[in-house]
Amino acid sequence: MADGAVTARPGANAAAEELAVQAREAAIRSQGYWAGVWKRVKRDPVTIACGLILLTMLAAIVFAHLIAPHDPYQGSMIRRLRPIGTPNYPLGTDELGRDMVTRLLFGGRLSWFMGITPVFLAFLIGTTLGVLAGYAGGGVNMLIMRTTDVFYAFPSVLLAIAISGALGGGTINAIVSLTLVFIPPVIRVAESVTTGVRNLDFVDAARASGAGAFTIIRVHILGNVLGPIFVYATSLVSVSMILASGLSFLGLGVTPPEPEWGLMLNTLRTAIYVNPTVAMLPGACIFATSICFNLLSDGLRQAMDVRA
Amino acid sequence: MLIYLVRRILYAIPIALSVGLVCFMLVHIAPGDPINAIVPADAPQELVDQIRRDYGLDRPLPIQFGVWLGKVVQGDLGNSLATGRRVWADLSVAVVNTLRLALTAAMIGFAFGCLLGGLAGTFQGTVIDKAAVGLAVAGVSVPHYWLGMVMVILFSVNLNWLPAMGAGPGGSSDWAWNWEHIRHLILPAVTLSVIPMGIVTRTVRGIVAEILNQDFIQTLRGKGLSSRGIFWHVVKNAAPNAIAVMGLQLGYLMGGSILVETVFSWPGTGFLLNSAIFQRDLPVLQATILVLAMFFVALNLIVDLVQTALDPRIKRA
Repeated sequence: MADGAVTARPGANAAAEELAVQAREAAIRSQGYWAGVWKRVKRDPVTIACGLILLTMLAAIVFAHLIAPHDPYQGSMIRRLRPIGTPNYPLGTDELGRDMVTRLLFGGRLSWFMGITPVFLAFLIGTTLGVLAGYAGGGVNMLIMRTTDVFYAFPSVLLAIAISGALGGGTINAIVSLTLVFIPPVIRVAESVTTGVRNLDFVDAARASGAGAFTIIRVHILGNVLGPIFVYATSLVSVSMILASGLSFLGLGVTPPEPEWGLMLNTLRTAIYVNPTVAMLPGACIFATSICFNLLSDGLRQAMDVRA
Repeated sequence: MLIYLVRRILYAIPIALSVGLVCFMLVHIAPGDPINAIVPADAPQELVDQIRRDYGLDRPLPIQFGVWLGKVVQGDLGNSLATGRRVWADLSVAVVNTLRLALTAAMIGFAFGCLLGGLAGTFQGTVIDKAAVGLAVAGVSVPHYWLGMVMVILFSVNLNWLPAMGAGPGGSSDWAWNWEHIRHLILPAVTLSVIPMGIVTRTVRGIVAEILNQDFIQTLRGKGLSSRGIFWHVVKNAAPNAIAVMGLQLGYLMGGSILVETVFSWPGTGFLLNSAIFQRDLPVLQATILVLAMFFVALNLIVDLVQTALDPRIKRA
């Protein structure tokens, strides 16, 4: 932290501080750094496997309209809750007789969209504010970082539910509330990484040679801080997906009959006595996606850690 | 230390006030006029104006905030729009239930987290390490509301060992520490404990590995200290940071139990929040969030102070 004296969350800054150290070291030896990172990632089979699984999932949900065998909204009362392995319906049917394969494919679209969009928006807004706070220092830093502290006083799940609950349900409101939840942690990381880079010699050299603040930030700061902030943001995607689906599970996100994994899990809850395996499928999809994102982001962080 | 103590407590006051402001604003970011939540849509205009004056909704926002804050400080959290009862009456019962669930989950999660993390940090790079790390990643990646449903299917539907919902036999709300009640606590508490388990495992593993790599451990080994003696040194060095992480996790559990409480119909704050959201009962929503956030602020403060007291190396200006 800039003031180093009193922070709202001691210990919680460890991750940010570590990233700041990494960014400093990366900035010092930037030549060939990314090549080295890629080389290390290539040698890590878990990271590669998770990346491939996620790419496959992405392709499947993007082309859902081409590969899905049935209509995602068209149900039938005579074939409700068929078990896994039913001819024509390999993963069974849901409580309204809709094909589970189709629903899961189309459901992935909204689940991924609602999981990734808030992190992406928070990455843009949080980086802007964090770099500003870290570069400007002084009063600007004070204002931005103390406001961030306020949002740190709420557990993230609670904040997301509070804002969604006040705004009311709906996809857009859920995305807005999750974005607000993820902006403060991104600001913290961006600020601490920027503070780490700001006082390096080449920034002083640029300033001495007459470069303006905007040029320094654009050329010298951003290039060195975006990587660590991006890796931090990827670690948020998993939480974001669980929370986004959780909001839909509570009825605060997507509205029926739109397919979305969290909402599907909620509507299939009543079926756990009839057909438990089918009812568990949407949750298994959330789990698989979130664990892959977590492992991928762990792998990226390890590959970027020049000290390892 | 005393100066730090005073400064830290003073610093908590603006944070608590800002948290109050955010909770106050929750009602005002809600779409539509807050008055619409109180009076029916077909009420005559005079009545609407009358109620608006009674509730003070015609005054400027800063004054409304001041009035609201004054009431909150005196313990008046308003009345529920849905039931007309004092919010505090329902909320106090729910907070105790949530606290019971969160504390049990925390104990389970912390015990397993410390055990797994300690083992993984000690035997780095071995099968034990990989298994512990794998469990930890699974713990932080699992959607716990889904895990709760899996637990219900396994232990309630298939094996019929444990009840699937409620906090006591026959839906009773009076708690007692007997087997009939504890049975109801097991599934939700275990479900809720996987997240802190994962996070504590990761943290403790990192801390233990770092301590074991330090020179003084080498020295202790060199002078022939038993492994039990070394273990004690590791615990003493790891405790401050581990306790800090665990304290914050307890706060997250209190706020994050809403989804698990919904799955298991546990009569806590999450359940209250859920019904408040669907009845658009904004006073209950606001008060529940406020109380939970204040718990979190207080916990942050305590964690900070305990950490400083435990670790003489932390010198804070």
